[in-house]
Amino acid sequence: MSTFETIQEIIVDQLDKEKEEVQLNTNFREELEADSLDLFQIINDIEDEFDIKIETEEGLNTVQDIVKYVDEQLA
Amino acid sequence: MSNQAKVKICSVGKYIPEKILTNEDLTEWLDTSDEWISSRTGIKQRHISTTENTSDLGTKAAENALANSGVDVSEIGLIIVATMSPDSQSPSVACKVQANIQAINAIAFDLNAACSGFVYASSVAEKMLSVSSYRYALVIGAEVMSKVVNWSDRSTAVLFGDGAGAMLLERNDHTQSFINEDIHADGSRGSALTSGESSVQNPLTPEKETDAHLKMSGRDIFDFVVRSVPKSINDVVEKSQLQLEDVDYFLLHQANARLIKAVSKKLKQPLDKFPQNIQHYGNTSAASIPILLEELIENGDIQLGNNQTIVLTGFGGGLAWGSLLIKL
Repeated sequence: MSTFETIQEIIVDQLDKEKEEVQLNTNFREELEADSLDLFQIINDIEDEFDIKIETEEGLNTVQDIVKYVDEQLA
Repeated sequence: MSNQAKVKICSVGKYIPEKILTNEDLTEWLDTSDEWISSRTGIKQRHISTTENTSDLGTKAAENALANSGVDVSEIGLIIVATMSPDSQSPSVACKVQANIQAINAIAFDLNAACSGFVYASSVAEKMLSVSSYRYALVIGAEVMSKVVNWSDRSTAVLFGDGAGAMLLERNDHTQSFINEDIHADGSRGSALTSGESSVQNPLTPEKETDAHLKMSGRDIFDFVVRSVPKSINDVVEKSQLQLEDVDYFLLHQANARLIKAVSKKLKQPLDKFPQNIQHYGNTSAASIPILLEELIENGDIQLGNNQTIVLTGFGGGLAWGSLLIKL
């Protein structure tokens, strides 16, 4: 599974959304109505899944932002 | 000292101060809203003490537990009060309660493990009682959190409330309520939640300002709870050679409804096995678990003597956390 697909699955599960609603350019807060606790939970799951540490949620607005962050950490 | 005996939970009691502050009430001086608070925390209101201090709340909770038991106070040999908001450093809240209920034969001390205080204190009391010569012990969680929160900080002021819960334990030969425990501390992450900071100040030190208010890093606490609490619950159940399915109720410290939901999801256990009263009281720190236990016994969901399996889990400042697996 690609980084995007794994992250997509986590977001779908945490926010109770359909896969189609979670695309690379989707904005968490505006389009998925995620609040800070939702983001903490998504980040927490991503950290566990990829065994990385995401220091701050600031600047992470879209799915693409997180995919990029994770890929950089894994590189 | 007698041989190690069994310890059972005889009765519980609670006391909640009368005055209610709703989320709407808080908007009078905080830039917040009922929608914001309830969607992120599950809290609708909290009870706030106007005159009664921590020892007053603890005393009334203890009196209620005693009234529910018919026990003679002179037979109580130990009182432990779990609190992070004592009336004073000295005398302890426990000594004040001892005087108020006239438990003249009891030793008494406070224990501070913040929101895990009730789990810690129950563990300590059970062990002391099991090897003691006295018959009863009182474990009380009592907090006036409204003294320690910063009422102009909307990220923390909305979360907390005041209250007290008490549990009476009896040393006996037949029934052991405490089956297993899994208790931890990690002081290296202590800065995630601080309160009542008291720096060195004397004629030899330069003057400096200390902010003693409660401060919390939301994400650090969230990460801590979501990772440590499910593990602690799994571990205490496994140590008891049981499955999660064998547990009737998980009584989690009432810090945030969303956290409780996250733990239930991680454990893959239905949310209705995680009773909640946070909507009424907010986070009452060390008092939250005994208040919840009292209400579940009061409404008949838990019946003492019915052999139900319950896990009590506290988590919070320290960092300190832990779970007790008990049979009631």
